[in-house]
Amino acid sequence: MSVIAESGAVQRPEGERKRARRLRKLLPLFAGLTVTAAILVIWHVASTSGWVSPVFLPPPAAIVAALGRLIQVGYVDSTLLQHVGASLGRVFSALFFSVLIGVPAGLVIATSPIGRGVLDPVVEFLRPLPPLAYLPLVIIWFGIGETSKVLVISLAMAPAIIISTAAGVRSASKNQVNAARAFGATPLQLLRHVLLPAAIPSILTGIRIALGAGWTTLVAAELVAAGRGLGYMIQSAAQFLVTDVVIAGILVISAIAFAFEALLRFVERRYVPWSRNP
Amino acid sequence: MSELRLNAVSFAYEHAPGAARVLDRVTLGVAKGEFVVVLGQSGSGKTSLLNLAAGFLEPTEGRVTLDGKAVSGPSADRAVVFQDDALFAWSNARDNVAFPLRLRGASRDERKRRADALLADVGLAGQGGKAIWELSGGMRQRVGIARALAAEPEFLLMDEPLGALDAMTRDQMQELLLTIWSRSNTGALLITHSVEEALFLATRVVVLAAHPGRIALEQNFDFGRRFLAGEKARALKSEPEFVAAREALIAAIHDPAYAVAA
Repeated sequence: MSVIAESGAVQRPEGERKRARRLRKLLPLFAGLTVTAAILVIWHVASTSGWVSPVFLPPPAAIVAALGRLIQVGYVDSTLLQHVGASLGRVFSALFFSVLIGVPAGLVIATSPIGRGVLDPVVEFLRPLPPLAYLPLVIIWFGIGETSKVLVISLAMAPAIIISTAAGVRSASKNQVNAARAFGATPLQLLRHVLLPAAIPSILTGIRIALGAGWTTLVAAELVAAGRGLGYMIQSAAQFLVTDVVIAGILVISAIAFAFEALLRFVERRYVPWSRNP
Repeated sequence: MSELRLNAVSFAYEHAPGAARVLDRVTLGVAKGEFVVVLGQSGSGKTSLLNLAAGFLEPTEGRVTLDGKAVSGPSADRAVVFQDDALFAWSNARDNVAFPLRLRGASRDERKRRADALLADVGLAGQGGKAIWELSGGMRQRVGIARALAAEPEFLLMDEPLGALDAMTRDQMQELLLTIWSRSNTGALLITHSVEEALFLATRVVVLAAHPGRIALEQNFDFGRRFLAGEKARALKSEPEFVAAREALIAAIHDPAYAVAA
């Protein structure tokens, strides 16, 4: 009796239920936007009312103005686009090299006990080290040019890619490997048609993690004798207390990192849908 | 006549303390055109037996031979169908079926033509473009069988291929297996723990006793052949002869005389 009564009570017209469902989906977005707006308002009030000195915290409007100036005029002899270009060039050269080295290294670790014995200590030595710790050494060895910067960022990225490739290769099931062997696959065919495809979702995750580490290291690497780049721009602005440029630079880095995260997630959904639908 | 044979094969996992034997001096032959079903409780070494025949495991004693020649390692003349389908999630159904052809360097057109024909044979005509995760358990197993057939094996080794399927799908798949086997001119070796399945499919049922795994009983049947000759599956399975044979096999499996260590 009560069951009928209850189910009757939640019976609502179709349109109303649809609207309720849409509202529930949008709720997290509303919450996020509200909090962001609140922070912006508090920020604006704090820096315009003299509660915090505008030198330390310029109002949001000043940041927007600084972004406009950065795009049109630039800062420290380069426009924002040139700074972004220099930084992206470094991060993506480093990503290229760390994938070029990291994916084969991961394959070797996952498939050969000897390879694991040789490479595992190297990866485990490198992985916990903060890149700032070996940056000075890399500069002593390779000078202050682009090579050092790209090398340091590559070293920061490589462990994530190596480890995730190895984990991905191991995710191929024993039966998948056995099936391929039973059909007469050579070790090379096994690698190309089974182990590598099985590892791709994990490699993409590795690239996402590596890019995070890459952006972190980029700023540090650009502190040393760079003539262009977002890290260099932020550092130069900080030395002269040009806080609006510092904050604008931080927001640009965050926007770029967010864009690449979104792009990689899209690539994952579009090209490796099986990783979500096992 | 081509024959896959286990000759007095024993198997033990090396690292096991006391090296308890999983299989003890098992001699078993599967000729082309035969459908041998191995039946046994868990722990009877059924899966080890199939893995030995496939070449995934090496016998501790004895030899596995194909036409009298010792085999070592897996090879395309013995295709395997697994309980979990072991399909490649990154390819669609057609490319999964075409996998053995691709390993042989068949052209793209040839692969597509053969794979589509094989998919039609297992009742999946026109489904080649589907992703693996879009398919039901029964459909996946059909793809797995089509893939095994693409290798044009002499022997089809199946490790509880229907074990994870619901009862209705299972009945359909048994009929499909019989049809496929009779058409493909292969020797089939199938592992199961379902007595009814064994009786319906097998030209010969082999009962394994456990601890250590050894052959307790071998018996020939012709229910599968009668189904292929046109009799109805349900009618066959409810025949007094079938029911009596089923009860006898169940009794044999559960007979304590078979279960105590030799």
